[in-house]
Amino acid sequence: MTLFQFLATTAFYAAMLGILIAAALCVTVRNLFHSAVFLAFTLIGIAMLYFFLQAEFIAAMQILLYVGAIMTLIVFAVMLTSRMGNPAVPQSFKNKKIVFLPLGLVGFILISAILKTPWETSEPQTAVNAVTLGKALMNQYVFPFEVVSLVLLVALIGAIVIARSE
Amino acid sequence: MLNTIDQIFIKAKQIILDILSPFLPEWMMILISIFIVIVTLCVFGPVVMMYLTLLERKFIGRMQNRYGPNRCGIFGLLQPLSDGIKMFTKEDIVPQKADPFAHFLGPITVIIPSLLVFSVIPFGRNMIPSDLSIGILFFFAVASTSTLWIFTAAWGSRNKFSLLGGMRAVAQMVSYEIPMLLSIVPALLVVGSFSTVAIVNAQEGLQWFVFTPWGLVGFILFFLTGVAEVNRCPFDLPEGESEIIAGFHTEYSGMKFALFYMAEYMNAFSVSALVTTVYLGGWQGPILPSWLWFFAKTFVLISIMMWFRGTFPRMRVDQLMGFAWRGLLPLAFINLLAAALWVHLSFPLNDILSFCILTVSVLMIYVANRKVAPKKRIYKYAYE
Amino acid sequence: MHIPIDHILVFTSILFLIGLYGALSRRNAVGILISIEIMLNAVNVNFIAFSRSFASSPESGQIFVMFAIVLAAATAAVGLAIVLNIYRNQKTIYTDEIHLLKW
Repeated sequence: MTLFQFLATTAFYAAMLGILIAAALCVTVRNLFHSAVFLAFTLIGIAMLYFFLQAEFIAAMQILLYVGAIMTLIVFAVMLTSRMGNPAVPQSFKNKKIVFLPLGLVGFILISAILKTPWETSEPQTAVNAVTLGKALMNQYVFPFEVVSLVLLVALIGAIVIARSE
Repeated sequence: MLNTIDQIFIKAKQIILDILSPFLPEWMMILISIFIVIVTLCVFGPVVMMYLTLLERKFIGRMQNRYGPNRCGIFGLLQPLSDGIKMFTKEDIVPQKADPFAHFLGPITVIIPSLLVFSVIPFGRNMIPSDLSIGILFFFAVASTSTLWIFTAAWGSRNKFSLLGGMRAVAQMVSYEIPMLLSIVPALLVVGSFSTVAIVNAQEGLQWFVFTPWGLVGFILFFLTGVAEVNRCPFDLPEGESEIIAGFHTEYSGMKFALFYMAEYMNAFSVSALVTTVYLGGWQGPILPSWLWFFAKTFVLISIMMWFRGTFPRMRVDQLMGFAWRGLLPLAFINLLAAALWVHLSFPLNDILSFCILTVSVLMIYVANRKVAPKKRIYKYAYE
Repeated sequence: MHIPIDHILVFTSILFLIGLYGALSRRNAVGILISIEIMLNAVNVNFIAFSRSFASSPESGQIFVMFAIVLAAATAAVGLAIVLNIYRNQKTIYTDEIHLLKW
């Protein structure tokens, strides 16, 4: 193993650990604005994972759309709905322990299934770049692409209609 | 000889590596060659920022019939250093009601994107820190994160004026990002690559994109949206000092304020550099060394920004939004169409057709956005 | 660099569980939406890992991630619009205080 591979592998696992910490803080902190900031850190970390997994285009999309656009929406919602000045009210339900029952069940099933499956991996020969993505999007996936654009349009109009004040 | 001057920075790096190579193992050399680039960028950014402040103060001083700073050193060249010392020694005040986490996080995270974007700018022939295959997209992705951090700083200050400035910043940057992204799509369409190096190479030998009809419109669109994106005059509503004190950095002092200031000037530089790269041919140019061409073009654009600041009044919020959504956005879409026709057709026809389309659409957008003032009413019979 | 795929899968399932915990335990509707974003991202990482590790059609995974990101944006926009509307009408966004449809 060369030095670069070692460094890259170490950085990959470090990024995973960082993402898990940021996500755990995101779902547990009381202040909702801090939670949104930790969500931004989680999303940036995931974009770094995409870079490591050689999906550069998706990494750029992740930062551009999630951190640039969706986070702005969430932060605005936090700002508009928070009661500025009041001491922080509890943000979770009182009987939190009962949540761990479905959580443990789902986690047990998922992880045992992952560990039991024999994964027959093989490295793909061709690297995926923006050109191949665009070609696939315009040939094989052209119908889903159009449907998604329609969904976006509907969501746009719907959001405006719902959030509009009379 | 010319070639040597052209590659002087590459040669310098190579000489440093050659001196070190007998003493160090191979893996250390790779790390050092990366390290040299990173250190150069991290020094280059702040130094450029310091002297841009001096240039701006001199420039605007001359516009207002005064000298500007000229006491510290010859021509005031030491003024940025003394400003830096002043910033470092100032007290760092955190308001009592502020959210310490967000207040601390804001300035630090604002500076990171402005340093990161330098890594995809080609400063000269073979002088790019890292030639990513998604270079342009990386620039926009990283630059778009700064919206969130500006808002974090504004929210963490717990100040009405800060919050107003932050909200204005978010609204403005989100609105101008769309025409900005669309204004570079024609260049990507012609080149067929996201890489900044490929874009510069496609403009070989004075075939700069700005000399084509769609390129001229794209250049103007990209430059205007870029000025808006880095919050400079006449789009500096987020920090409009006559309305909301200092906007999102009202509650910052000392080094934290200096970080905002630094990020602003570094963003101005990097946006000008990217406009140069995409539409003005980057480092391409005759005779002079490539990096000199690049910096000359970039500084011309920065001087235009300073000229804006010296002469234009600040826009109103509704004018700002209307300009983006009713003026720039339709023009960006039509420009995309014109560029597609330009690529598809052959030489004399394509220039004429895209020129006609763009002229007609600019006129139509102007007419559609014209202020309709009601006619002055003449009372025919009132005074009889 | 070769990362075994089951490491990535275990990591994403833990991330998914963290998101699920947030979605189940938060009272605040915006907090629930934030947790759902984490869950969506965990699934996206899975797609990319699979597209890296199996030779057939490596671009499919990335295209599905693109669709997922677009749909997440649509979800966030509509969801937050609904939350804002609820806040405007009910003056609360705590999900245990919104019991308009209970009786």
